[in-house]
Amino acid sequence: MAHQVRLTLDALQSLIDELQSREYIVIGPKIENRKVVYDEIAKIDDLPAGWSDEQEAATYRLHKTGSPALFDITHSMNAWIHHLYPSKATLLKASRENSGFTVERMKEAPPKYALFGIRPCDLEAMKKYDRILLKDTFHDEIYKNRREKTFIISANCTRPSGTCFCASMDSGPKATSGYDLALTEIIRDGDHYFIADIGSESAQELINKIPQAEASADDIAYANSLIEKAREQMGRTLNTGNLKEILYKNYENTHWDTVGDRCLTCGNCTLVCPTCFCTTIQDYTDLTGSNVERIRQWDSCYNNEFSYIHGGSVRTSSYARYRHWLMHKLATYHDQFDTSGCVGCGRCITWCPAAIDITEEASAIRQHSITV
Amino acid sequence: MAKKRKPKLAVWKFASCDGCQLSLLDCEDELLAITDHIEIAYFPEATRAVVKGPYDLSLVEGSITTPHDAERVHQVRRSSKFLVTIGACATAGGIQALRNFKDVNTYITAVYPTPQFIETLNKSTPIADHVFVDFQLRGCPISKFQLLELFNAYLNGRKPNIPQYSVCIECKRKGTTCVMVAQGIPCLGPVTQAGCDAICPSFERGCYGCFGPKETPNTHSLAERFHVLGEKEDDIVRFFRGYNSYAEPFQRESIAHEKKSQV
Ligand code: SF4
Ligand code: SF4
Ligand code: SF4
Ligand code: SF4
Ligand code: SF4
Repeated sequence: MAHQVRLTLDALQSLIDELQSREYIVIGPKIENRKVVYDEIAKIDDLPAGWSDEQEAATYRLHKTGSPALFDITHSMNAWIHHLYPSKATLLKASRENSGFTVERMKEAPPKYALFGIRPCDLEAMKKYDRILLKDTFHDEIYKNRREKTFIISANCTRPSGTCFCASMDSGPKATSGYDLALTEIIRDGDHYFIADIGSESAQELINKIPQAEASADDIAYANSLIEKAREQMGRTLNTGNLKEILYKNYENTHWDTVGDRCLTCGNCTLVCPTCFCTTIQDYTDLTGSNVERIRQWDSCYNNEFSYIHGGSVRTSSYARYRHWLMHKLATYHDQFDTSGCVGCGRCITWCPAAIDITEEASAIRQHSITV
Repeated sequence: MAKKRKPKLAVWKFASCDGCQLSLLDCEDELLAITDHIEIAYFPEATRAVVKGPYDLSLVEGSITTPHDAERVHQVRRSSKFLVTIGACATAGGIQALRNFKDVNTYITAVYPTPQFIETLNKSTPIADHVFVDFQLRGCPISKFQLLELFNAYLNGRKPNIPQYSVCIECKRKGTTCVMVAQGIPCLGPVTQAGCDAICPSFERGCYGCFGPKETPNTHSLAERFHVLGEKEDDIVRFFRGYNSYAEPFQRESIAHEKKSQV
């Protein structure tokens, strides 16, 4: 069994101090203008203690709980992708020179991030990013350089939000691998502490520097019981049994029209999804025409131009774009990358302005399947 | 390399507030660089010096609201190789197109002491209803960045990088928390074309739709959501009756709700 220690709130602060002394930029959830953002934190007090969230389709609300818990808020709208795979990046610059031109590939000094409090579902999403952007012939320079430097402190979920369904997708609420440290927050008998699972040598080295005690068997069992309770309280469920095959048989299902009628093709669901990775690349000249910058930005398959090929866009209707998206998440991703395109974080449900719910849509297709 | 003749630029004004032309003057830092490559031949807002046409590139601001302007716009077209409309007035009729939903004579008699001197058309219409338009820059006012990109693309013979997708795309790239989901504020972002860098949601306001309808806007579904957020039929009419009220998808949606609010 992995080595687990018990940390107090003060020890957690020491942990942040240690990370900062190693020049990490510590990123964590915090409240800004009454909203949760996932951004740089200086100290433990920046975390949203005493706040909790309610998430439902097209609804996200914060409220005060009075509890000292740091991790009552589940996950923020923005996932870690903003930090490791920025929404806008300059890839290269080129300039005309005499009769030719020179090209300068942009090389960044990658920021060194410690991602604090990232949720198990997001950790699973990162594994998919690793699979897609690092493993094949072509890897993504920006992601690779940032990812290699990243230190991960995951927070297991003891309370799922109303749109979470990681239990169905086998990607939460407990982090199983891929972290340096995984914390479980415990508030019991007036005591407030964390059970930390040590997942890497560098984490062990850090832990040795801060006050800690060996976690008791009772503490570990209690932490696990909290996570198990969360597993039973998932806000949503998705039956994944045979789902890919069912979806493939249902390209012509008329239910797509029903959801297409509601879908705004606004793209929000793709840009909050921690497993979406599509980008668009454009060249910008300057007025002289002698200099050009190649800029990459996040893109979405809900944009008409996304499917533009010679003669026009392939997916012009909203139903075709919605179908393409859901198919990629739950079916074609499997064929492409041997894994699901969905970790069940529920962000696409919460942040869809039209309250469209992937779990409902997938189960509607299953129920009204053309051929079973 | 032989020095190329600088293309001649003309800036024309029809019924408008001049705000979009100001966006050009607002390019302070870049203005000198622009004049290195483009000859500002006709721009009454900025200079009285006039270089005779024809012009290589015409920027047209404002909508057509008078019989005289309906004639004049044809002259503008004839003297322009490439005609670009700038702003919500020129591309959709502007805020003054609100009169298109009413009888203009009731306004004239209410506003002017001697209405017989007022010569106006019943409707405020976009330039493209009268002449062929090569490209449109949206917004009320237009974005300075997009204007520069237009010059840039024009000078280099390429298509401008001006997307037609939703404001939400820019909003999410910035990481702005959605005002509609997190605060219940109605927002036109999902049906409005990007270009403003989602400025209103960044200041906790819903999008007003200055950039007009995006490609394939699903106004009907968004209006349904506005209902869920507690908006009444006549509120919804007002949401779609802003700067781009006469743009077809917004026009259709507001009329549908106007009918419902009257039953
Ligand atoms: S769902 Fe769309 S945006 Fe997301 S990864 Fe797939 S194709 Fe790209
Ligand atoms: S598809 Fe939705 S629930 Fe699944 S990972 Fe993406 S945002 Fe989360
Ligand atoms: S989906 Fe699971 S892991 Fe992710 S925040 Fe919700 S409960 Fe936690
Ligand atoms: S499913 Fe929702 S978030 Fe996604 S494009 Fe459609 S309306 Fe927008
Ligand atoms: S605030 Fe408006 S523009 Fe931004 S994501 Fe939400 S609906 Fe779209």
